[in-house]
Amino acid sequence: MTEREPIIKVRNFTAAYGGNVVIDDISFDVHRGEIFVILGGSGCGKSTLLKHMIGLYPAAAGSIEIEGDDIVTAQGDHRRRILRRFGVMYQLGALFGSMTLRENIRVPLEEYTDLPGEAMDLVAQMKLDLVGLKDFAHHMPSEISGGMQKRAAIARAMALDPGILFLDEPSAGLDPITSAELDQLIIRLSRSLNITFVIVTHELPSIYTIADRVIMLDKRVKKIVAEGHPAELRDNSDNPWVRQFFLREAPEAEAKAP
Amino acid sequence: MSKSNGTATTQGALPHVEEDGRIVFPPQVEDVALKGAWDPQDILARLQGKSAATIDLGALKSVDGATLALLLHIENSLLSRQISVHRENIPDGLAPILAQFPPGRYREEDAEDAHPVSILEQLGRATSGMLTDLKDQVAFIGELTWYLVAAMKNPRKLRWRDALRTAETAGVDALPIVVLIGFLIGLIMAFQAAIPMRQFGTEIFVANLVALSMLRELGPLMTAIVLAGRSGSAFAAELGTMKVNEEIAALNTMGLEPVRFLVVPRVIAAVFMVPFLTVFAMLAGLLGGLVVFLSMGLPTVVYINQVTDQIVLMDPVGGLIKAMVFGLLVAGVGCLRGLQTRTGASAVGESTTRSVVSAIVLIAVTDGIFAVLFYCLGI
Repeated sequence: MTEREPIIKVRNFTAAYGGNVVIDDISFDVHRGEIFVILGGSGCGKSTLLKHMIGLYPAAAGSIEIEGDDIVTAQGDHRRRILRRFGVMYQLGALFGSMTLRENIRVPLEEYTDLPGEAMDLVAQMKLDLVGLKDFAHHMPSEISGGMQKRAAIARAMALDPGILFLDEPSAGLDPITSAELDQLIIRLSRSLNITFVIVTHELPSIYTIADRVIMLDKRVKKIVAEGHPAELRDNSDNPWVRQFFLREAPEAEAKAP
Repeated sequence: MSKSNGTATTQGALPHVEEDGRIVFPPQVEDVALKGAWDPQDILARLQGKSAATIDLGALKSVDGATLALLLHIENSLLSRQISVHRENIPDGLAPILAQFPPGRYREEDAEDAHPVSILEQLGRATSGMLTDLKDQVAFIGELTWYLVAAMKNPRKLRWRDALRTAETAGVDALPIVVLIGFLIGLIMAFQAAIPMRQFGTEIFVANLVALSMLRELGPLMTAIVLAGRSGSAFAAELGTMKVNEEIAALNTMGLEPVRFLVVPRVIAAVFMVPFLTVFAMLAGLLGGLVVFLSMGLPTVVYINQVTDQIVLMDPVGGLIKAMVFGLLVAGVGCLRGLQTRTGASAVGESTTRSVVSAIVLIAVTDGIFAVLFYCLGI
């Protein structure tokens, strides 16, 4: 993290499904160039928050500014301009199954640029090279492993050189070695390209390795209950639930046999 | 819980009431006996008039799901008759699991579940669901029209590769089945008509009947139904799977509208391919009619003369216009159902079924509208 300039500002944000409030009036900033991790127990609304930040769901209240523009209220071309500023890697990769990896990366290029086909192919090849998939351009998503699919999804998310990448559970379902490789890739891309990462994950080893800063959501209060560096929170947090989370301890009542 | 596999007796395998009123559980509850024990009327009858009951679990060697369920069921039956329950002699090894399911657990939940949903509420939910579906359809039609017009204004922006791929799978690949069905429909219709018509010496008009039916009605209709079953369902399954795999969400966050990106190429391909398929269906149907005609000993030239005398240009043209509209409806509703797919393993299957049903209903209704329209226009 080199600068403290906020690139994403979330203010008084509330998320609700129907009348059921999932996240209640939270505010936080994400700074340019940092690896920012959203943490919390199952069902606390981490993925919901991420999906609101990328504009998939309409917020019940509040604003989410990405480089100064509120994605909650933006419409039409204004919204498309905001969407160009970030890329998203979904939990399952969400690569288009009927296209090769190169064609997947070409999709945003074809839609947003007037580059000749040859140049698009070259850009796609470079993006695949960045994530270590140089030799897989002509493979279909079904022909590569889950870890490779996630790396290819990161390559596609970077197609338009966005300043921000949102990653939903990047390590989910991966073995420890593949997960560690993905962590190293995230750190490398963050440091070399100054990309800001917003990541939802449960994986504690990953969090300690990659996170510059985390926020923790608690579904009981539907708010952020902690914010800071993971090691600091683990050692110094006043909130016992936060310490338990980082130490992987079950709450007392459940840990002991009745 | 062990199966008795026919050799074990059920004696002592059921909870029973002792002389002193204690309910005693056996060492192990046999599942063959459980069915009889589930209705604890005997136990309740023995405890009639008492205000408290004791359940002796001292003999229990092990508990499984069914044993625990039986214990809770007996306890809850007693509690609902205002008889308090006390467990005693709980074996040490079973204490933790039994403590997790104390007497009276799930009584409130059962009471909540028991509330029936009123007919009015069901009606309201069904109406609300229909209105939501209608709203989605109207919004989808508007969006699709908008992007179809935009594609016509600026054809370079259309994803031609997707459109051509769909044209191949929905059009070229469907040709054999469309031709076969068209041929059989013509053949069967001619055969069924020839028998009674022969009695009146009017079998020559079998040609007129087949020509008129195939060109005006059955050609486009059968092609559209084949398209609904073959391609409309495929569109729904493909888009549904994309939705479940978050590919649609990925498109949205790239700023690419799924209707423009996925639906428009499919709809355009279907609208252009269905008339071609229909022409083949019409010709195959006429060929089927000819086979019956020849089998009756009538010459080919008569068949051709009868057909050309009967048919005017507007018959096949009207049929092809209908076919294009059917293509639009089938592809559109197939894609809509795909985009409406919810989450879960059965969601894609549901969407596929809904796409076929919706398409066939739309085809039938639209065909009726066309019949009235053509009649009013004198076509």
